[in-house]
Order: sequence, then structure tokens, then C-alpha cells
Amino acid sequence: MAPKTSISEALGGAKIVITCGAGGVGKTTSAAALATAAVRHRGGKVLVLTIDPAKRLATALGLSSLGNTETRVGVPEDSPDGSELWMAMLDTSASWDDLVRKHAPDADTRDRILANPLYRNITQRFVQSHDYIALERLHDLNASGLYDLIVIDTPPSRHALDFLDAPARMAEFFSSSLLRWITLPYRVGGERVGKLGYLAAKPFYQIADRILGSQFLKDIAEFFLLFQTMYAGFVDRSTAVTALLHAKETTFVVVTTLDPAPANEADFLLAELNKRRLNVGALIINRVMDVNFAEAGSVAAAERLVEPRQQTIVRAVKAEPVLTAAEHRVATAMAVNHLRFAAAANLHRLVRRRLRASGPTVQVEVSEQPGDITDLQSLVELGAIMWPEPLATRST
Amino acid sequence: MLLDRKLLIVTGKGGVGKTTVAASLAWAASQQGKRVLAVELDAKGDLDSCLIGPGLSDAARPSFQPKERHPNLWVMAMDPEESLKEYLRIYLKLPIVTRVGFLSGIFDFVANAAPGVREIVTVGKFAYEVREENYDIVIVDATSTGHIIGHLDAPQAINELVGVGLIRGQTEWMREILADPVKTALVAVTTAEEMPVVETIELIDSLKNKMNVHLGAVVVNRVLDEPFTKSDLALFERLAANPQRLHTALGANAKESQALVNSTRMALALRKTREPHLEELLSVVGKTPTAFVPWLPDVSAGLELVQAVATHLGDELGW
Repeated sequence: MAPKTSISEALGGAKIVITCGAGGVGKTTSAAALATAAVRHRGGKVLVLTIDPAKRLATALGLSSLGNTETRVGVPEDSPDGSELWMAMLDTSASWDDLVRKHAPDADTRDRILANPLYRNITQRFVQSHDYIALERLHDLNASGLYDLIVIDTPPSRHALDFLDAPARMAEFFSSSLLRWITLPYRVGGERVGKLGYLAAKPFYQIADRILGSQFLKDIAEFFLLFQTMYAGFVDRSTAVTALLHAKETTFVVVTTLDPAPANEADFLLAELNKRRLNVGALIINRVMDVNFAEAGSVAAAERLVEPRQQTIVRAVKAEPVLTAAEHRVATAMAVNHLRFAAAANLHRLVRRRLRASGPTVQVEVSEQPGDITDLQSLVELGAIMWPEPLATRST
Repeated sequence: MLLDRKLLIVTGKGGVGKTTVAASLAWAASQQGKRVLAVELDAKGDLDSCLIGPGLSDAARPSFQPKERHPNLWVMAMDPEESLKEYLRIYLKLPIVTRVGFLSGIFDFVANAAPGVREIVTVGKFAYEVREENYDIVIVDATSTGHIIGHLDAPQAINELVGVGLIRGQTEWMREILADPVKTALVAVTTAEEMPVVETIELIDSLKNKMNVHLGAVVVNRVLDEPFTKSDLALFERLAANPQRLHTALGANAKESQALVNSTRMALALRKTREPHLEELLSVVGKTPTAFVPWLPDVSAGLELVQAVATHLGDELGW
């Protein structure tokens, strides 16, 4: 497959776009901005599924209640006729409950799971459970066939890749022999347990008992016995979600800034995505400092003003001072400020060069935007910077 | 005084400079002659690499076993599995060497199946170092604002879930250390931007309502200086409108002096956006000591930046 050369090519045919990157690089905003651009360029029904939206971003899109259901928001003015923009947020707890309702074999098991204290605890506290449920939702929304494109931003993870492994981990967990061991003494009337199996589990069980206490162990065992009734469903889903991530129409967009730490994370992420043979469509680089700030002439001019010794020389050369004392004070303040921005721009230039070499073919730069995203219009403008060109007309 | 505590837990939204601030606090404490243990929770090695000076090889990766990176300053990377092993060795007196494979099996089960165990062996490790007084101060580069509550709440959660057992018995002293404002303080790092401020305010709220950990300081990182006073702002606009005089005064060409005007405008615009966020933050911070650390793009990342930030923190927080 020839490498994509533009963001239109990279995202034009995608059904799912997943943005990922380090914390604080603008993942959520980028996902929403890309969605507005997609509506304008592609039309159709586009959904943004966001994990942790900025409240003002939600308000900007005309969203008042933050719920688990999809809400229709306004589309950019120049969108094709009939296009729709939708937004949904992830409510981890509600999504887990939905999942249990769907997969529980009977009403009694369902109610016992939902009432189990460990269930609440695990689904609400486990960071990994957020990762898993986000992908579950993505799978459901995609399967519903209601949307032409779903743009999802990934949960805040310490390691941005955790969410990719979540389905496999979940399936593995439910089939683990340790889980069989822990539930072993509590399985009554079910499968016959070989004496050998019990003996093998015994030392493990004794230690677990000493660490956790037998009542807690019993609670855990009961919970997992209940949960195992949904095992087959979980494994099927996990396989389906993994397949969805690898589908041709699923594209990953890595988001970063040019600060060294997030850029390192982006490098790592890009390498891991490639290793997993996942389809990386583009790299979005946010908050890029204007390279002109680092241009040598302006930096030299600023330095002349800031450094007192050279300043004296300049003053001696001049027959009469051009600026008043107050103006000179202002100009010096400008110079001090300029040197800071020059340093930032310089650092960005170095990091940029590295990413250009290691990143994907399609790389989009967004310059530092001093304003917050406060309405649909500012989001559309950001989207237009990321994805400026309309879809190329395909010749057949 | 912040550095007189025994345990500082540094948190903040991703990207605000939490690790740099944690490293700076550790550096400042070690400069005061305190024996410091700096702990990095997500073992990416960022804390270690920003504390490594030019003289030290950065090839050495951080390890669970603390390494003395500078006089009096030890750095370790958290590893829940190692922590559990250590815990079992201390409390169960298990012959660890012969049963390592078996133990990692237990760890998989315990950490994945029993809620809160991964968190508690993490919190337990640094609380243990505090209890044993192995160091004068333990400084933790902790998880981000979104996750910190779940982490520090683990002893309480375990307490509610578990009736008896070894782990239950361990939660009490951990909770005591975390809740003692003389010993322990949380340091919330933010920038003056919308989302970091929102998350910090949410954190402050949940500290008030749920959590028994004292907020010791708020650090506002990368603060942009106001370039000039209100009256000078008018002068700037006049100069910007009449660039010829600026060119002559700077000895620069039109493009170069325009770059200076542009960078000034960028600074002014950024400040204007950030000011209301900062005000919102300050309105909820109350009496908590608050430090402003300037944006320091001209200081190169690593030990040099850590030292510069430490100096600013000292000026602001009074040491």
C-alpha cells in the first residue's frame, strides 16, 4: 500500500479514527476538531466519542447534559446537506451495567452481579476497566451502523497504549487458571473438581488467604463465579474489538506537542502502533511555536537590547537616542520576552526535525493558539488548520 | 513548612510539569541536607532522567532498589510486583528465592482480581519508608489528578471491603500516615490553562469531601510574566503602530522588529486567555500556600531546569 500523502487521503475513507497521545497535548480537542472537518469535507453522520471533555468544549457544541447517550449537535455552516454531528461521552459505570444486562444468562445472575460490592468497586476504580469499556462502546456504536465515522479519543492512561491491550487482557483474565484456583473451593454442584487440582491449588490458596482473609477471598470468588457466566460473551467481544482495531477503515491519529516529554511518548506510541500493525494515518503536532521567533536577526536585536554592555555600545554609536526612556523600557521588555519565545521556538525546531524523520508521512502542524476553544466556530477553525483540503476527487 | 513534612505526594494533570516539580522539591530538600527518597510511580524513567546531571550516565535505568543520584538524594521507580514481594518477605517471612515463580502467579491474581491491591502495595511501599524513617523525606511523583484519588483512597477502600486478614491489618497505619497533616502533604501542580485548572479545582473539592490528605501547596507552573504595566501597554501599541522608530532603535530590519512585536502580542494574548483561569483557581485555593514558577523555556531540560525551578519554589514557599 502506497503511503498516504495528505490528511484527506489518510482520513477520507476512515470509519473509525482513534486519537492517542500523552496527557495534556490536546487529544480531546483534536478529536472534536477533526470531526468538524470530517463533517465539512465528507458529510454524512459523524460521532465524537469523548472520554473526558472540557466542559466548555461540550457547551461550545451545544451540549448541556453529559450523558452516556449520543446527542446531536450543530454542524459547521458549510457542511453538505444532510450531514449530522453527534457527540457522546463515556460513563464507565453505566456502560458496565449495560454490558452486564446484555450478557448475563438470567435475571437472577444479573441482579446478583449488579448488587455485588466488588463489582461496583472494580468497575469504578480500575483504570483498566475504563480502557476496556471505551472500546466496548466503540464496538457497539460501530455495529449499530448509525454513523459513517466515529472519532474517539483514548482514555487518559499512564501509558497511552494500555487501552489497546485491554480486550486481550480481559479475555485472558477470565480464562486464567488462577481464577479457576481461587473459585475452586466454592464451586458447588458444578463441574467435578479433581483431587489433584485441589491439592495443586492448596498452597496458593493458603497464602492468598493469609494476605486477603478468607471472607474477602470468598467475596472475590463469588463475584468471579457470577462473572464467569458471561465468559463466552466476553471472549467473543474481545475478539471482535481486536479485529475492529485492526480493520482497514480504522485509523490511528497520534497527537503530540513539541515539548520533549510528549514528543518522546509520541515516538514510542508510533513505534508500538507499527509493531502491532495498526494503521497510523497521521501525526498531529499541536502548539507549535512560530519559527520566526527563533530567526537569528531578531534574536540578535533582542540580545543587544537586553545585554547592558552591548547596549552601551549601541547607545554610543547613536548620535541621539531614537527612543524615549519609557519607550526604551518597553522595547527592553519586548526583547526579554522575545528571547523566551525564541528559546521555545528553537527547542520546537529541534524536536520537530526528529519527529519529521521518525513519524508517519502525513504530519500536520498546528501553531500555538492563544485562545481557548469556546464555540463551534473556533473548533471549526482548528479543524480547518488540521484538515484544510477537501477530499480529492477519485478518478476511476 | 512544606519540606518539613515526611511525605510529599506530587500530582497534576498530564503535561503540566509534575515530574519537574517533584524533582525540584527533592533537589531542594537534599540541598538542605535532608536524606531524600524520590519515587516515580509510573516507571517511565522521567523523574530519574531529569535528576541525572551531565556527569552521570543516563544509561542507568531507574530501579525499585533506590539509587543515590546525588549526595542525600535517592531515586527509585515503583514496581508493584517488587513491592508485593518485599511486603511478603517482611510480613509472611516467605523463603522468597525458592518461590519467585509461584509468587508472580500470586501477584497476577492478587493485583488483577482483588480490587485495590495494586494501589495498596504502591501506597504501602512509600508509606512504609516513611514509617520506618529510612529517609528524612519521601517525595512521590504520583499519578495524574484523575487517578490520584483512587490511589490514595485504596487503604480506605480495602478497609471497607475486607473484614479481616493481613492486608486489612495493614491499612490502618497507612491511613494514619496519609491523614496526618504534620507528616504528609499533597502538592497539586497546574498551569494557568483551562483543563489543568478545572482538574485542580476538582481535586481540591474531592480532598475537601472525601479524602483525608492535606493539601500542602499548589504550584502554578510555566507562568508567563506580564511583559509590561498598563501604561507601558499603550506605549507598546504606539511603537507597534510606528515600527520605523523601533527598527532604528533596534538596529534591525522590518522583519526582525516585526518578530519582536509578534512575540509580544503572543505573550499578551496568552496572558489574556490564562488570567481568568488563574483567578478561578486562586478563588478556591484559599489559604493553601501557592507558588508561581515562571515559564523557563531558555533553561535546558534536566538538572539545570530542576535547579532553577527549585530556586523559584524556595522563593515562593519560603525556604
